[in-house]
Amino acid sequence: MIAWLQEVYRRRDLLYMITWRDVVIRYKQSVMGFLWAILMPLLIVGAGIVVRAAFAYVAGTKLVTSDLADVSVRAVPWAFFVAATRFATNSLIGNVNLVQKIYMPREIFPLAAVAANFVDFAVASVALTIFLVIVGTGVSVQLLWVPVLVLILLVFTVGLGTLLSAASLFFRDVKYLVEVFLTFAIFITPVFFSADIFARFRTILLINPVSPVLEGLAQTIAHQQPPPLYWVAYSAAVSVAVLVIGLVTFKRLEPYFAESI
Amino acid sequence: MAAEITLAMRGVSKRFKKGEMYDSLRDLVPGMVRRLLGRGPAVDTRDFWALRDVSFEIPRGEAVGIVGNNGAGKSTILKILSGIMKPTLGEMTVRGRLSALIEVGAGFHPDLTGRENVYLNGAILGMTRAEVRRKFDEIVEFSGLSDFIDTPVKRYSSGMFARLGFSVAAHVDPDVLIVDEVLSVGDYVFQQKCAERMTQVVTAGATVVFVSHNLHAVSDLCTRTVWLHQGQVAKIGPTADVIRAYLDRARQGNKDAPTEDAFIAEVRLKQQDGKETVAVQAGDTVTVEVEIRARARCERLSVGVQVYDDASYDVFNTSTERLGCPSFVVTPEQPFRTTFELHLHLGAGTYLLGVNLHRYDVQKQYDHHFPAATFFVRNNQDVRGAANLYPRVAAFGPVLGAGT
Repeated sequence: MIAWLQEVYRRRDLLYMITWRDVVIRYKQSVMGFLWAILMPLLIVGAGIVVRAAFAYVAGTKLVTSDLADVSVRAVPWAFFVAATRFATNSLIGNVNLVQKIYMPREIFPLAAVAANFVDFAVASVALTIFLVIVGTGVSVQLLWVPVLVLILLVFTVGLGTLLSAASLFFRDVKYLVEVFLTFAIFITPVFFSADIFARFRTILLINPVSPVLEGLAQTIAHQQPPPLYWVAYSAAVSVAVLVIGLVTFKRLEPYFAESI
Repeated sequence: MAAEITLAMRGVSKRFKKGEMYDSLRDLVPGMVRRLLGRGPAVDTRDFWALRDVSFEIPRGEAVGIVGNNGAGKSTILKILSGIMKPTLGEMTVRGRLSALIEVGAGFHPDLTGRENVYLNGAILGMTRAEVRRKFDEIVEFSGLSDFIDTPVKRYSSGMFARLGFSVAAHVDPDVLIVDEVLSVGDYVFQQKCAERMTQVVTAGATVVFVSHNLHAVSDLCTRTVWLHQGQVAKIGPTADVIRAYLDRARQGNKDAPTEDAFIAEVRLKQQDGKETVAVQAGDTVTVEVEIRARARCERLSVGVQVYDDASYDVFNTSTERLGCPSFVVTPEQPFRTTFELHLHLGAGTYLLGVNLHRYDVQKQYDHHFPAATFFVRNNQDVRGAANLYPRVAAFGPVLGAGT
């Protein structure tokens, strides 16, 4: 693990360049440029607001501004998770000629894929912050949780992405399964709604390690409340475990990458 | 000179699985269930050893060539040397920074400009950004592409692409440089530049491993050479000795009874009127008909054809695969035939035709006929050299109005 960190650190310029390439290519290829980073989260936020409005209408209550803040702080990190996982899954397949032709620490590819999407996430977060200020979201000491929660999400995404990138190299249909899963994952993740509306079944929802992070972000940013501590701890533990399993599996399989393409 | 060993292979062997592997979960899951139930076909566990017990040591600052037929294990050894594959048995040790020129410009992205790609490719080849920045002008100068450096490389010609790729790779300053046949990029002037640069790298004290079909280039650059034959080291020693031994073996041909499941049953060299021939006129078109038969089903095959001159210089070679044909299957019931059409724009002289049958993905050579035919090229003009450029004297006389 230490040796691994050293190798990645030694090749940090490569990680930087591959990330940079992935970001620049996307912005060069699309007319909208940086708007891309905001468009996807915006769509999810929009959908979430519609869902919330529907809930409010059925329940006979009014849609309040804290609901808007709540749904958008859930949607933006969710958009990052989905895009980064999708991108990382395809990162080795998409760089076949490099994997086959030149030696380098291959975990650079899923790492760079997550990093490139993290750049988008950062851009979207700036937009989100402006939005939150406009709707008048309060500030509290609970905001100190935000970096911790984002870090947990990042660790989980890197672990999962690393694992899936290697898996999709050996099994061509992994990427389709990932697509299907990511599409339906929104139903088992509290993105449009709070986990609390599931009452007794709340636990089922929170088993998904992304859920406590989203819950936590909504609590701390939109409601100035502390996050669900035990669940956040659970999420952190799962994320670290996934990262370790992902990296160990990846390194174990790496010698066969060039042969199995 | 202290004989410090920079690169060593000890008992390196590499095994590939011959059979089909499951490459999707859709196939894997039912396959596993069936095996658990004890039904279904057994998994194909036949192996193929691409390399067997290869050992050699290269001291610092030496240039070593690796030669061998198609399927002798050159590509596999290259991939192991560069760290892309791990040996099944044995070990390889390298001291210092290793760089491999296996495919120049492999990391180039078409939408990025030349400048951006230099930075990207430099990082891929192991340079830091600061290092690329320092050498940037030198790299661009070497490539001769300073006018196009801010153009996306998708607008480059393939020659420009390769030149820029080689220029980046040539400036990595490695301790060990692994070179595949990349010297064949660009025009003549650029090739000269590449060869000079390689010599510079050697004289600067780097260790070079040069894997090539081009025996001339190997003998120009390398002091020692390893000859690989069917995955084993057939001979290792001073380049001139090894090349001579290699050519002697190649010339013996392969007239004995076929040993493999698929073999070349017949090779016919025909003129355009369909008659078999041994003597042709320069510029004539001939066809090489190859018939493949099999004792057992063999798949993913391709046929290669080579022309050597009487000094064993590789004048020309290609294969069905390289010409874009799909691989083919041959069974005992269903022989296979392929015909190459060749335009012999050759200089006058004696030429040897070689034909081989191989499976590219496992680097297996089934059969090799050499010489499969010998032919003579006649030429009415007195022109010499390997090729015929159909010369004509367009102007001939004193310069008018010159002098005082």
